[in-house]
Amino acid sequence: MSSKIVTIQSTTVPVNIENTDTDQIIPARFLKATSRDGFGKNLFRDWRYNNDDEKQPKADFPLNDPRYGGKFLVAAKNFGCGSSREHAAWAIKDAGFDVVVSSFFADIFKNNALNNFLLPVTVSEEFLATVFAAIEADPKQQMLVDLPAQEISLVDAAGNKQASESFEIGSYKKTCLINGYDDIDYLLSTKQEIEKYEQTHTL
Amino acid sequence: MAKTLFEKIWETHVVKTIEDGPSVLYIDKHLIHEVTSPQAFNGLNKRGIKVFRPQQVVATVDHNVPTIDQHLPIKEELSRVQVETLKKNCEEHGIELYGLGHPFQGIVHIIGPELGITQPGMTMVCGDSHTSTHGAFGAIAFGIGTSEVEMVMATQCLMQSRPKLMRINIDGQLNAGVVSKDIVLYILSQITASGATGYAVEFAGSAIRALSMEARMTICNMSIEMGARCGMIAPDETTFSYMKGRKFAPAGAEWDKKLAYWKTLFSDADAAFDAEISIKAEDIEPMITYGTNPGMGIGISGHVPELNEIDDKEKASFEKSIAYMGLEPGAPIKGKKVDYVFIGSCTNARIEDLRMVAGFVKGKHKASDVEVWVVPGSKQVEKQAIEEGIDKIFEEAGFMLRQPGCSACLGMNEDKIPAGKYCISTSNRNFEGRQGPNARTFLASPLTAALAAITGEVGDIRDNYAAVKN
Repeated sequence: MSSKIVTIQSTTVPVNIENTDTDQIIPARFLKATSRDGFGKNLFRDWRYNNDDEKQPKADFPLNDPRYGGKFLVAAKNFGCGSSREHAAWAIKDAGFDVVVSSFFADIFKNNALNNFLLPVTVSEEFLATVFAAIEADPKQQMLVDLPAQEISLVDAAGNKQASESFEIGSYKKTCLINGYDDIDYLLSTKQEIEKYEQTHTL
Repeated sequence: MAKTLFEKIWETHVVKTIEDGPSVLYIDKHLIHEVTSPQAFNGLNKRGIKVFRPQQVVATVDHNVPTIDQHLPIKEELSRVQVETLKKNCEEHGIELYGLGHPFQGIVHIIGPELGITQPGMTMVCGDSHTSTHGAFGAIAFGIGTSEVEMVMATQCLMQSRPKLMRINIDGQLNAGVVSKDIVLYILSQITASGATGYAVEFAGSAIRALSMEARMTICNMSIEMGARCGMIAPDETTFSYMKGRKFAPAGAEWDKKLAYWKTLFSDADAAFDAEISIKAEDIEPMITYGTNPGMGIGISGHVPELNEIDDKEKASFEKSIAYMGLEPGAPIKGKKVDYVFIGSCTNARIEDLRMVAGFVKGKHKASDVEVWVVPGSKQVEKQAIEEGIDKIFEEAGFMLRQPGCSACLGMNEDKIPAGKYCISTSNRNFEGRQGPNARTFLASPLTAALAAITGEVGDIRDNYAAVKN
């Protein structure tokens, strides 16, 4: 997995449902694959289709609504709770998203997202409400994330900021995302230190 | 300086810390299974590297295996390929695998403790969120994603930021008919499904100390349902006597040495926590969930909240949830008909759980219109149940005793609850579709599930407590 995140501007898909767990993001019956690819088509499978049938899309689910689209998935509080399945992050990324915005992410999901260059942006509940309202008023509303500046904004088509908020991200992870580094490369580079640690660690 | 249990273990496992960043945390034991490992092995193969410390990795198959006819080839092709892929990967990388048919096979969080692999003071991970179970032994144990599985395979380490620390104290005497599952469902109903996100949670207090290891595991198991990074309980005599003599537990002089260390693993009297919650054991009654996350639970004598009891911002989610469940605001759950009873999962499929159910069910028969599945957590639990005659009790009661696996907890294999049907389940998640598309789940203790199996409806075990005691 290599990629980079610096700034991203795009329209959005809003999924305003609290406590969206990873079983909704990708149901367990789709976890039988042995590769990382192709999970996007089953993203939110049971919220997206009636009777598990792609010919029966639920018209009111935002992923089926042609007015919405883009690289930002705007989600509600406690997004990604439940199972540790990284398939959830793979499915979102595979469906074309690069950013997930929520007021609160579950711990494991957040790590999984970061490890897949899917940027989880935690915003205040007030800002999230503003974002949902803006998308409701104009489904073509754009957002801009500026990772070096740690700022997320609602923007007009020309890129002018309409409302902004800063967000937190650890400096280590920020550096990794901007430069396309992953944790495995870093850990492999510390192997000598790990071996040295093992000589004194008894268990 | 006074330290918490968590800090004592964490600090001895930090290889190095990046300035203003995460630590490189050493992992003692890595448990793997068929579903979240194949892509990690692929990653290693792409990099042309082998598993760094294969002796510290243990593999089993659980999520995706059938729970009948395990001696036959797996019929479903994708499941079979996944199980075969794990076997091939383990062979190539020199990892011990407890595959189908092996006497140690079972749900990964059941076999770790019962084989003595899980030990106090360890760091343990697995590509499964319920890894928090192992914290019941005073270990730091948590679930990870597949990229992290690959990191641990490659280096036996993870990049981790230290979580905040929370202690939940449960003091007092549990009421009759209330068991550890009720404790954890009660905590969840109080702090919600995100109430411990960002925290490592230590469970403490006299009610916790009085619990068996199996009961402690049930509580730590569901700490992830509060969002916690991990759950843990300080080891004590109950822990040590459970561990002694287990297959991979230390023995002889090694045992004495480890034991002396394990006895230092507790939170010092004046150690500081970022958050602390106290609960009276007497306030807990048998619990049942009504919604679609494990925080949506009520006492069995209670009712689904009325709309005016729900915060405005949460109304839409609440209404979606109870509509899915086919319930009305203000309705009681007691008396609700069930179609299926599932006794199993890493939460409640240990021998003690099966004994608890058998103790109540003995001499009774299930309701005619209810299907009852009992899925033991491991081959060893299954063997012990047979040795104790528990299988006969279930057979006479009309329960179906299946073979070990995760089964209807997550509906990944063919053990699914049909759409629209109600299942009272001893598992850990009542999410939409968790037990099968459009299946409806009530989470409860093994006792409450056993009662429903007999009567065909959700009931209050306290009304039947005399039968339990006998």
